[in-house]
Amino acid sequence: MTATAELKRWIRFTPAQRLARFAVFLVMAALMGWALKTIEIIPEFLYDAPEQVVDMGRRMWPIDWAHFWPVVWPALVETMHIAAIATILGLMMGIPVGFLAAKNATPFLWVNLVAKFILVATRSISTLIWALFFVAMFGPGPLAGALAIAFHSIGFIGKMFSEGVEEANRGSIEALQAAGATRMQQILMGYWPMVLPTFWSVALFRWDINVRESAVLGLVGAGGIGMALNAAIDLIQWDRVSLVLFAIFIVVILIETIVTQIRKRVI
Amino acid sequence: MSAAALSKQASVSRADFFAPSIAKRLAYVGVLAYLVYAAATLGLSFERVQQGIGYGVRFLVGFFPPNFTQTDIIPGLLESLQIALLSSLIGTALAIPIAVLSARNLMPPWVSWIARLIIIFCRSFHPVIVAIIAVKAVGFGALAGIIALTFASVGFVGKLLAEAIEEISLKQIEAIRATGASFMNVIAFGVVPQVMNRFIGFVAYETDSNLRNSTMVGVVGAGGIGGTLFSAFQRFDYDFVAGIIICIIGLVMIGEVLQIYVKRVFR
Repeated sequence: MTATAELKRWIRFTPAQRLARFAVFLVMAALMGWALKTIEIIPEFLYDAPEQVVDMGRRMWPIDWAHFWPVVWPALVETMHIAAIATILGLMMGIPVGFLAAKNATPFLWVNLVAKFILVATRSISTLIWALFFVAMFGPGPLAGALAIAFHSIGFIGKMFSEGVEEANRGSIEALQAAGATRMQQILMGYWPMVLPTFWSVALFRWDINVRESAVLGLVGAGGIGMALNAAIDLIQWDRVSLVLFAIFIVVILIETIVTQIRKRVI
Repeated sequence: MSAAALSKQASVSRADFFAPSIAKRLAYVGVLAYLVYAAATLGLSFERVQQGIGYGVRFLVGFFPPNFTQTDIIPGLLESLQIALLSSLIGTALAIPIAVLSARNLMPPWVSWIARLIIIFCRSFHPVIVAIIAVKAVGFGALAGIIALTFASVGFVGKLLAEAIEEISLKQIEAIRATGASFMNVIAFGVVPQVMNRFIGFVAYETDSNLRNSTMVGVVGAGGIGGTLFSAFQRFDYDFVAGIIICIIGLVMIGEVLQIYVKRVFR
């Protein structure tokens, strides 16, 4: 009796699985130890930090509300324009790359790999760095900002799209092929209706992200509310900094509420 | 089926299924009109685009051949890695209690509202904005970067983990409560086993996203490779810029592959 109980002792993972888990934990612990030990932090700055933060908070109060209508509101409107344009441009560039990256819609391995590389590369270069390039190309202003966010969002949009396309139902595509549809017709009549829900959810989700992203573009001169933030910080007007931060906070919450409501009703 | 239902079914003609929805079309037209208006505010002109593309070509020519020989690439990348690792560790450690407190199925409403506010607050600001404030508060260097990305991690992991906890099955919680378990025991044996897998997924994703953002916060002086990149850009050292960007893309790609591997180990 005891022998069979012993034999049937239930172990959740195979030894290989447990070894792999242990290895991951070990590597993570070692990396953390290395990072903690070697990172260059000036201890005085660390001890001083709470005092500095309290001091800054005190200067941020009271908020300079009078600054809102002349400066912050136009900047906010510009930020919204940048986010909307960038989302549309990002969708226009990201969707074709997404289709090229999907193995079933584009059955050419090399094309897939190149498209996947484009997706990773555009995502790895952050919005600020894209903005540096476009400011140098087109001069400071919202155009550079919109292009920067659009190029950065190619990666995300394309990745979500290629995943949506790869999950598409084979049957309807085969039916189209049997009817003699060309590749373009297969994409338009077969894949597109199936990824339409993905399209809407990606568009909304990315718009939400882009509003947040466009708030930082002003730091490198690419327009939007970031310009107002940067100006206030450079002039050490902390009561205006807190106004800008508060405005960003409200806008982000509003956008998120709108997106959740649309999602609930439409998708 | 009743007669009324039958007659109702019979009255549905084919045309009704595809009847155009006026509200939907109006919404499309509205969005389109807004986009045209927003695009008009960008200040696009043919000469500007032409000139910009000319500058863009000059950039691309300046990028080649990429320069990897300067010695500050490796320390910069390592510092970015350190910032990403430490902010993920601290951010996750802070996010777990906040997520538990904000789960509506475990906590009274007033507690969950306070915790939710913290999460919303952390989520609404882009890491770069937090980084600027942190640089002003604690000075230049990696510490500011860690603070900024920790903020973002608390928001991201906190939100997703709270949602995961709210979706768990309450039957197991009830069963564990019925044995007279304390609150911590309920968490340890009722909640943790149900959310562990998803939690590891969030943390892996968060570390990956922190790695990407840690290459960016340097632009505002918060440590990592971004600072090197920004100064190279400002002194028109474009072949070095190209070298750094290729290194960043490489680092992010390695991070993505590792993330997929770690998720597979814990599936």
